[in-house]
Amino acid sequence: MPETSEPLLHLVPKAQAQQTMKDFKSDQEVRWCPGCGDYAVLAAVQGFMPELGLAKENIVFVSGIGCSSRFPYYMNTYGMHSIHGRAPAIATGLATSRRDLSVWVVTGDGDALSIGGNHLIHALRRNVNLKILLFNNRIYGLTKGQYSPTSEVGKITKSTPMGSLDAPFNPVSLAIGAEATFVARTVDSDRKHLTEVLRQAADHNGTALVEIYQNCNIFNDGAFEVLKDKDQAQEAVIRLEHGQPIRFGADLGKGVVRDPATGDLEVVEVTPENESRILVHDAHAASPTTAFALSRLADPDTLHRTPIGVLRSVERPVYDTLMADQLDRAVAQQGEGDLAGLLSGNDTWTVVG
Amino acid sequence: MTSQVSSEAGEALLGEQRSAPAEARNGAEKEVRRLDRVIIRFAGDSGDGMQLTGDRFTSETASFGNDLSTLPNFPAEIRAPAGTLPGVSSFQLHFADHDILTPGDAPNVLVAMNPAALKANIADVPRGGEIIVNTDEFAKRAMAKVGYAQSPLEDGSLDGYRVHPVPLTTLTIEALKEFGLSRKEAERSKNMFALGLLSWMYHRPTEGTEAFLRSKFAKKPQIAEANVAAFRAGWNFGETTEDFAVSYEVAPATRAFPTGTYRNISGNLALSYGLIAAAKQAELPLYLGSYPITPASDILHELSRHKNFGVRTFQAEDEIAGIGAALGAAFGGSLAVTTTSGPGVALKSETIGLAVSLELPLLIVDIQRGGPSTGLPTKTEQADLLQAMYGRNGEAPVPVVAPKTPADCFDAALEAARIALAYRTPVFLLSDGYLANGSEPWRIPEVADLPDLRTPFATGPNHTQADGTEVFWPYKRDPETLARPWAVPGTPGLEHRIGGIEKQDGTGNISYDPANHEFMVRTRQAKIDGIDVPDIETDDPDGARTLVLGWGSTYGPITAAVRRIRREGGHIAQAHLRHLNPFPKNLGEVLKRYEKVVIPEMNLGQLATLVRAEFLVDARSHTQVNGMPFKAEQLAAALKEAIDA
Repeated sequence: MPETSEPLLHLVPKAQAQQTMKDFKSDQEVRWCPGCGDYAVLAAVQGFMPELGLAKENIVFVSGIGCSSRFPYYMNTYGMHSIHGRAPAIATGLATSRRDLSVWVVTGDGDALSIGGNHLIHALRRNVNLKILLFNNRIYGLTKGQYSPTSEVGKITKSTPMGSLDAPFNPVSLAIGAEATFVARTVDSDRKHLTEVLRQAADHNGTALVEIYQNCNIFNDGAFEVLKDKDQAQEAVIRLEHGQPIRFGADLGKGVVRDPATGDLEVVEVTPENESRILVHDAHAASPTTAFALSRLADPDTLHRTPIGVLRSVERPVYDTLMADQLDRAVAQQGEGDLAGLLSGNDTWTVVG
Repeated sequence: MTSQVSSEAGEALLGEQRSAPAEARNGAEKEVRRLDRVIIRFAGDSGDGMQLTGDRFTSETASFGNDLSTLPNFPAEIRAPAGTLPGVSSFQLHFADHDILTPGDAPNVLVAMNPAALKANIADVPRGGEIIVNTDEFAKRAMAKVGYAQSPLEDGSLDGYRVHPVPLTTLTIEALKEFGLSRKEAERSKNMFALGLLSWMYHRPTEGTEAFLRSKFAKKPQIAEANVAAFRAGWNFGETTEDFAVSYEVAPATRAFPTGTYRNISGNLALSYGLIAAAKQAELPLYLGSYPITPASDILHELSRHKNFGVRTFQAEDEIAGIGAALGAAFGGSLAVTTTSGPGVALKSETIGLAVSLELPLLIVDIQRGGPSTGLPTKTEQADLLQAMYGRNGEAPVPVVAPKTPADCFDAALEAARIALAYRTPVFLLSDGYLANGSEPWRIPEVADLPDLRTPFATGPNHTQADGTEVFWPYKRDPETLARPWAVPGTPGLEHRIGGIEKQDGTGNISYDPANHEFMVRTRQAKIDGIDVPDIETDDPDGARTLVLGWGSTYGPITAAVRRIRREGGHIAQAHLRHLNPFPKNLGEVLKRYEKVVIPEMNLGQLATLVRAEFLVDARSHTQVNGMPFKAEQLAAALKEAIDA
């Protein structure tokens, strides 16, 4: 792992003039259902882009299929609305062939974790320079309300009138298990937090996975209410900040400690005796073990003790960089390709007339 | 296989193996006979190194200047159970002093390294053919394994052949005893002993093989020298033993080849070079997104070796990601390629449809193999034509280009790239297992003679709105080609969004308007139908009433069959399709000139189906799906039957 690696954002040309949110709004009418959480995310992203300060022609949004995947149409950048689940693969081809672009993937829980699960985990493992925004509403919206791979067990939907049978994925756990170098979770309604997470994701070299809890007010309304409601959120949300003790609840009365016997994490009432044992969040820890343990604190049914923020952010060689380095090395070792020499090879004979 | 259909050299000299009067060479004690062509088949266990042996003999033969054509044939298993019939691997080589078109129907010489190899191949050897058998492997148990109750070497069943029993294993071990190798290690060189023996028999040059062995085993000099020693021992064995009284000369095919510099090349190598050349000629970086699959993987391997040409190769997690990455790279301005075989095409179909909708250049290389499903991974077939034509949801026309010989894969790749770039469309390049692994001499082209494939990217607005503002419309088409502009990210002012949802003509914005959809479907079709492809040429010296129409790798066998028919006084016309979609503009007119049209294919009549549908021609289908190319003699008989019908 390089001690200090050059920020890959430096490869992307900067905007010539100061940009505003308006510069990133396309002329297309936004067609999500009124009240959809996607609006808030779109506004947050459009609001954040001027701060990034990149030439907007060098920004590309690639999406798959689903409600959230309409996102690129509303961004006044380059964009591709592709096919179901394949956005990470398509974006990989774009990012690895064009390192002067800032490539963003917009996907949903069905798109990224069901039909496109394979592409997601392999993009993460390769550490391609992509920023993946995974809108998780725990339901299939565009197909009108079937359960998704993040729905809680027993979910009653049109396709599961007696309740869904399969255990859900925790996208953050999955990403950490797939060797992700940057994993974060945020919530659609918390624009400040969402923007801060986007900021850190954009700065990250390699694949950044940002899970955004997003409310589908038509088919799964209130799925994240426990994390948003002022009274309940205190007890339900664990806000992670690098370098800070992991505490939450009323008057930060609860904390996360490591069980010395099992090494696992547990939530305790903070007391003067145990206060020194409260875990300090280290997003840059080389080992993914603690980040994974943190991701497991959340109850998949009630979402109590859901950590939000950057769970993991580490440096690892980026696939695109390694690929470009190999090309450079090949030229250094063998010289620029000579087509005539290639076609001739070493074993020829000549026929004279 | 380098000549044109009507080459005179081929007409004049084509024939069965021909013996000239014996001549005594200066100082040589043994008789040397001159032949005009020979077909050799090396056969052994999958682990015996038969493919390498065949490759080396091919290289020797190519550098000697014969025309040649090869047919590797091997099981899908990497190491099938030793000594069994399914585990037999073979390599057939046809070489001649004139131009030839196929790897040959029946071997004149069979080298059988074990009983399974003899049993699996004997039926193909005509009576009177020569058989060299490794007698060391003919132990009771090995023979019983393949159902020989008695030794075929002793029971008289091979009486009609000229059998050379050679204890290849023993002789190899004996020759290598100085090297201090284990018996097992020494035994491994027996294929080189066999190669040495055959090289003596046919007066092949040996320097190339010795240099090859020394370079291949550069890190194990002892093994290198042992192989060279085995190779030389095989040569010397031929020269000294009385069993081999005659050796043969096949003169270089000087008259068959136009002036130029030549090399031997396989289809997959030629195709890889064609892709690199196309990128160079287009001045674009080449991007390959691929997932390993037989028989296409060699293209991935080859392109991976040429990063100094700016070639990016991405081994994806699956077939879908392979084409997905390629499509992403195409959006970014690369010459993008995905390589696969039939099962992979099935997985890529949805992305091909997206590429049709996005109207981006993309090459889909399908090295066809036996299907359906996993089918016969290492055998050849042409049964993906209709999949390439129609295997997508919706009206999703894709141009289809097919090479006709191994070396022609180079030109076909350039042609597929030309169409993809000029018309901004995915294009299928349909090769097959026979072309991929087979090889032939290739006249190396001059780089200066390659086509110019440069395609300008869009750089600025292309449309003026009613209020006078200049804007960029991603789906405003070139009126000539109907291609849309290729505007790559990084170009200021051309920011746009494209997707798989139906787009409004011109603006490219989402549109569910029925009339617009109808217009867009018809326009996409019209774009493909209007692709400029060369007229099909007909070879018809006699004013025949029957036309044989082929496509792809059947070119060699069909042309050989046509020559046979004409040599015997029959009349038949021949035409061969490179472009399957769109068809050449004159194809309908050509077909209607003939009373009868015969279409031989390695499928159940897929081109025939297309031709019947398109031209209402009562084409007669002649088909074969045994995983092997047509044999010229059988095909000639079928064509004759069609002529006489």
